[in-house]
Amino acid sequence: MTTELVAMHMSDGIVNAPVSLAFGLVALVGLAICVARARRDLDDRTAPLAGLVAAFVFAVQMLNFPVLPGVSGHLLGGALTAILVGPYVGALCVAIVLVLQALLFADGGLSALGTNITNMALIGTFVGFAVAVAMRPLARRSRAGLILTAFVAAWVNTVVASLGFVLEYALGGQGLALGTVFGLMAGFHALIGIGEGIITALTVGAVAAVRPDLVYLLRGERAGLTIKETTPR
Amino acid sequence: MGAGHAHSLHHAGDSVVHRLPAHVKVVVAFVMVIAVVATPREAFWVFGAHLALLVAVWIAARLPVAAIAARSLIEAPFVVLAVLLPFFATGPRTEFLGLSLSVDGLLAGWNILVKGTLGVLISVTLGMTTPVRDLLAGLSRLRVPGLVTTIATLMVRYLEVIAAEARRMRLARVARGHDPRFLWQIGPTIRGVGTLFLRSYERGERVHLAMLARGYTGTMPLLGDVVTSRRTWTLALLPAAAAVVLATTGYV
Repeated sequence: MTTELVAMHMSDGIVNAPVSLAFGLVALVGLAICVARARRDLDDRTAPLAGLVAAFVFAVQMLNFPVLPGVSGHLLGGALTAILVGPYVGALCVAIVLVLQALLFADGGLSALGTNITNMALIGTFVGFAVAVAMRPLARRSRAGLILTAFVAAWVNTVVASLGFVLEYALGGQGLALGTVFGLMAGFHALIGIGEGIITALTVGAVAAVRPDLVYLLRGERAGLTIKETTPR
Repeated sequence: MGAGHAHSLHHAGDSVVHRLPAHVKVVVAFVMVIAVVATPREAFWVFGAHLALLVAVWIAARLPVAAIAARSLIEAPFVVLAVLLPFFATGPRTEFLGLSLSVDGLLAGWNILVKGTLGVLISVTLGMTTPVRDLLAGLSRLRVPGLVTTIATLMVRYLEVIAAEARRMRLARVARGHDPRFLWQIGPTIRGVGTLFLRSYERGERVHLAMLARGYTGTMPLLGDVVTSRRTWTLALLPAAAAVVLATTGYV
């Protein structure tokens, strides 16, 4: 019997109706921006490529990895997709995965869809990418730098996404003192983030070793081919 | 949670509920969930009425209760949270079986337990009565941007392909003696994830070329566009309206 360690999909009833609806609006506006910007990143290839990347995110979330004997976790993939395909396409893919998980598999409540998308697709992905951009000089310098960048981005992504939950709980939850929620969530996710970080780092490393041109974070790294003409003597 | 979604919830059938257009059912499900979440936690009987409403829908849809229960287990991790709340919450405390429990925590735990369970039951009902293809078409009828529904459609279509690829890669690792037990033995699995991303991305490039070769212009055609009659909407919105009325009676 293995226990799921990563349980970030909120169910219905954790935050009240007004806060759920408010974050639903936040998620809608955020995703509208992502749709517009994703088109710019990928032009007419957007739909097929993002579709396959979303399928990849979904498949990777099925893959359980051992954390401790008897305890397994799985990847959320926000920072991973942001580093590989950019924050806009990444957030869109994670959001679509979340919507389909809620509608097709009853994973994550329908009323909690807005809060789940805000935490995992928007906050997680963009904060993770911001960290990665801040560390980009290091990532460009060496392979070890890139791996370290991906690790830190994924760790921060996981912890900050859990703080999104703390914010929503503070606004519309009941029962626990805020300090307790903060301590529990931040503590748990600081641990979960290590697993997420290791997987993200090694995956980005594996992709960069074969197709560095696909890593969005490193785009524009190398100068294009230049035509050198022989100077007439 | 979020792991092991090998099969969708769909339970084939031909009932009134199954035949309703998918976009109508999505709207009804959202309204019902919001109504359940908006119900005050002290209005205990209202939650029973919500459940009775759902049972009526199940009877109309001829869904087996055992299958519904099995598919609702996904909610289990949140039950743990609900059970922990009475011990950690603040406020006045009460004695029960020699345990000191917080009154507010008990109510908060009940709140999450009952609303989470009803929410999962509503989602499961939607998933069981609606095929994936119809659900995606329904989303585009609800004015979800074409780009999003196309991404979702392609995702659903290639999910099995990518998942099967992941399974074959795992089988290949296991056949070569890989048996990970601890986090530090995860290397080969992760290199597999990297390879899986490359294969997915490159498959996406090939799919795009194949779509272009078949005349893809950037939007997918919407097939079988039928107008939903007012009667269908009225019929489908009945349980949703009932749930909203129930939620408001909880406040008086």
